[in-house]
Parts: sequence; structure tokens; C-alpha cells
Amino acid sequence: MTYNRLIFENSVPGKYAYSLPELDVPEVNLADEDVPLREDLDLPEVSEGDLIRHYLNMSLNNYSIDKGFYPLGSCTMKYNPKINENIARIPGLAKLHPYQPNSTVQGSLALLYELQEYLAEVSGMDAMSLQPAAGAHGELAGLMIIKRYHELRGDDHRNVIILPDSAHGTNPATAAMAGFKVVEVASDEEGSVDVEELKAAIDENLAGLMLTNPNTLGLFESHIEEVAQIIHDAGGLLYYDGANMNAIMGKARPGDMGFDVMHFNVHKTFSTPHGGGGPGGGPIGVKEFLKPYLPVPVLEKTDEKYILNYDYPDSIGKMKAFFGNYGIMLRAFSYISTMGSEGLRNASEMAVLNANYMMHRLKKTYNLPIEKVCKHEFVLSGIKDSPKTTTLDIAKRLLDYGFHAPTVYFPLIIPEAMMIEPTETESKATLDKFMEALEAIAKEAVESPELLAEAPHTTPVRRVDEVHAAKALILTYKDMLNEEN
Amino acid sequence: MSNLFFTEDHEWVRLEGKKVYLGISDYAQSQLGDIVYVELPEEDDEVSAGDSVGVIESVKSASDLFTPVSGIVVEVNEELEDAPELLNEDAMENWIVAIEINDESELEELMDEDEYKNFLGDEA
Repeated sequence: MTYNRLIFENSVPGKYAYSLPELDVPEVNLADEDVPLREDLDLPEVSEGDLIRHYLNMSLNNYSIDKGFYPLGSCTMKYNPKINENIARIPGLAKLHPYQPNSTVQGSLALLYELQEYLAEVSGMDAMSLQPAAGAHGELAGLMIIKRYHELRGDDHRNVIILPDSAHGTNPATAAMAGFKVVEVASDEEGSVDVEELKAAIDENLAGLMLTNPNTLGLFESHIEEVAQIIHDAGGLLYYDGANMNAIMGKARPGDMGFDVMHFNVHKTFSTPHGGGGPGGGPIGVKEFLKPYLPVPVLEKTDEKYILNYDYPDSIGKMKAFFGNYGIMLRAFSYISTMGSEGLRNASEMAVLNANYMMHRLKKTYNLPIEKVCKHEFVLSGIKDSPKTTTLDIAKRLLDYGFHAPTVYFPLIIPEAMMIEPTETESKATLDKFMEALEAIAKEAVESPELLAEAPHTTPVRRVDEVHAAKALILTYKDMLNEEN
Repeated sequence: MSNLFFTEDHEWVRLEGKKVYLGISDYAQSQLGDIVYVELPEEDDEVSAGDSVGVIESVKSASDLFTPVSGIVVEVNEELEDAPELLNEDAMENWIVAIEINDESELEELMDEDEYKNFLGDEA
């Protein structure tokens, strides 16, 4: 029986889960003190045992990287080493107050500064900000910097961001949110920028180009230097979407490819916790000439100490309270420190090897639209012997085999896309098991298609009604009660 | 000559007098999957060929609806606001926007039904 209750439904008046220490100050009745206490604040009342059981049971309904293989393409769901958690919980790092004087948190600032240096080294960028809360927030910060750059040069008319039709959905969304006009160019059959299309799309209003490399098909954009030249010659800047950074660490650097601004997803590449609403981390890196526009404060090192420098008059301003998701940066620092530069290079090599190993076996059973050495991920397009079977049904059936499904229906340029990213942290045994499951499903699709059509059969929640879910939004407990009545 | 035309983005337009009705092709609805939301333009909006005049959201993705013709939006199919699934049920019957056009020659750029069928053949 699947546990499916809200904590409010477990509430019994008078129960409580926390015992206050004995009162050692004078007792005050707040009701006499003109304090706005709310009679109607409907908080759940449960015992400590009820509380623990509620959340443990909820968590058992969930799937996570600690439970099993999670090959969600473009998301880099690598295992998160627990040493990161230990480091982030060291009281001297964890129990700081953001308003403490800088002189009392020099150790933490030193650590964040080191992290900035590490990220600059990995990316080939010159200056960093750790402030953005996650990838799309980093994109927004980066595009605001591009905008500020053009504006301060008197190029207010530069309002066009170009991106390929294989781009992550956040790219056009970010560009629109930053006030740019989005121009999409068709990519070639390998998902790379079509240079002729790109040239045709450029005019005097060009502000910049957003690009992922390797692209969303998992393939390296081989003419990136030519693309960078074309954009720079036209007065535009290049933005690097760091989502696929796990493919190239220690091998290639966005800064060397010609990119001017970029973001990292530390929750992807640098093994900080991922999914479930975050918190994530989306540090940005820029070339020296864009440093004046970084969000303030900029963390800097002077002769003797680390300072938070607000003296950046051309800054785009603050992107997030205090210093971003500090606890997440501690974890990223822990990861990079434990891996070292050799370790990071090795991680990318193994991520690429794992993806190619899987691609070469799975292409016998599944359609592989592009036959080429891939980077850290690859995209399949349906079962060879059962062309009518939808990717949705395959993905749902995978859940019955105990795996998280890959990314489906993205990138948009491949029909029935299924995007697999194994990451470097999985053993060959795990990859083999997953591929056996996909091969078994391909067989089922021919022999007993109803198994797929009705999947999943064994999960806490069976196939969800996506149409109903998208149309009848239940966002509060009250909505749920209304739905039931 | 037929009054029905198709675009490479899988919209159809049907010319009736000075007005065209704009919808999406059956192939488009099959690729989108279950459509859950249709965002319509305002009546009296002035649009140019190539403009986005609406958004079609399915369980898979959100896609712009482009107009291949310039003119003024004279009618929107409000039925789709409550029943977007009509596009899945019959994409060719359920128009989305009606536009009063000022330049009929813009239609010459578009494909007729046979050309569109050939075009789909290439896509698949």
C-alpha cells in the first residue's frame, strides 16, 4: 500500500514533536502584549514519531540517485559523494551568519575564492561570480552582462540573441526574459550550428549567440572557432551554456573556444545535490573585459585578506541575497578538491567512454539518428523492430525495471528522442543491466505491447494523466479538497 | 485552384473572401501529442507574415503558431480556450485565428495540399 498522506491529515490537536527546555526567563502571555497572533494559522500537530514516519514514508515513494541509476540526459545525474555533505556540515563553515563581519569569516571567503580560481582554471575564464542560484539564473546574469556591455558602448540597438534550434529550452526563455529578441537558426543534421544559416541571421542588431558545446545531441561543435570568429566580427558576444561541461573537463575550455561569458551548473558537473527543487548553483565566468559588469559584491583577494567588493559602478547589480547558495558552493569546493585536476579529466573521460559504450550496444536494437563518436550523452529515436512504439511508453516501462527514465522528447529536432547520459559514476555492471532492460523492452514492444502501453505497473503511482494534470492544476491543499468534492 | 494552403511549419490557411482561417495540420497535432492549452491573440491585433500569433502547449512542448500572412486578426476561436483537445480531434476543421489579409499574393509562397503531402514525405 502506497503511503499517500499530507502531514495535515495526520494532525491531532495537542500533539507536538518538539520539547522546549525548562523555562528560565519570566513568563509572558503574548496575547496580552498586542502581538499579532493568528488563531487561524492551521499548523499540523504531530508527535516526533509521526513526523519522522511521515517524511520517511514520503521519501520511500521517491526515486533518487542514491536509490539507483538515473540516466537523465542533459542533467548529469552523477553520484554525489558523501564527503561533500560532511564538509558542508563542519560547524565552522555551516554555522555562520551572513551578517557576520568579514574579518570573522576569512576562512570561508578563502574557500569560496579558491573555488572561483578552480572554476576559472577549468573554464578558461578570467573572473567569476558564485551568486546565481542555478543554471537558468546564471544564464540570466550572463545575458544581463552582455546587455550592459552593449548599452555602455552606446550600442542600445543590439537586441538580438541567436541560438540553434537544438538549444536547451532555458536559452530562449532566458534571452526573452533579459529583454532580447530571440532568433532561432536551424542546426545541421548533427545538431551543430549551420554556419551559412548563422551568417544569414546576423545583422547590425546582433547582441550575441548562446551555445552548448557539446551540443544537446552529445556531439562536439567542431567548427566552434569559426562560429566564434563570425560572431565577434559582427560585434556580438558568445555565451556558453555550461550544462554539458561534464564532457570536456581537462580537455577543452570554453574560454579557449572563444566564449566570453558562461555559467556552470555545479549541481551537474561538480556533484552537488540535484533535483527536487534545489538548491542548485550557477556560478558565472567572464573574460577580463566583462569583469566590470559582474554582480556585486565581487569576492577579491587583497594583500592580507579576502574582501567583498561593492565598488563596481557598472555592475548589473545583485542577483541573489548575500553570496548565493553558499552551502552548495562548499560541496562543489569539496568535490573539486577531492578530485584534483587529474580526477576531473578522468571523470570526463569515463563519462564519454560510458556513453559511447552504451551507444554502440544500443544502436543494434534502437534507432541511432547520428552515427558518430558521442561525448557524454547520446540520443536514440525509437525501437528498430517496432517503429510505432512511442518513446513515452518505453520510458514508462523502464520504471518497472527499477531505473529512472532518460530524458524524452528532447532535443526537439529528433523525433521520439530518448537522451541517455550515464555519467562517469556508474559501473559497467549497472550500464549492462540498464541496457538489458532496454533490450527486453524492445522485445516486449513486439511480443506483448500492452505491457508498455499500460506501464508502469510496479511504481507507487501508475501512469499519470498528463493532460488532466496540465489542465486541472492542484496547487494547494484546498484545491485538492475541492477536487475530491 | 484550391483555397487551402500549407506552411513548412505545419500550419494551414484557408482563404474565404478577404479572410483567411489559420490552423495547424493533422501532422502537427500528431507530433505535438495531447494539446492542453492554446494561447490566442487579441482581436484587432495587426500581424505581419512570420509573426507568432499564438502558442500551442502540449504535454510534450510549447510551440509558437506563426502566421504566413499579414493583416488584422478579426476572429479568434475561443472554443479552444476551454477545449484545446479539439485540435487533436480534428485539426483541419478547427481553425484557431481568422485574419483579414491585405495582400493575397503572400499565399503564393505557400504549398498546396499535394505539395505539402510531398513535403511531409521528405520530413518522415
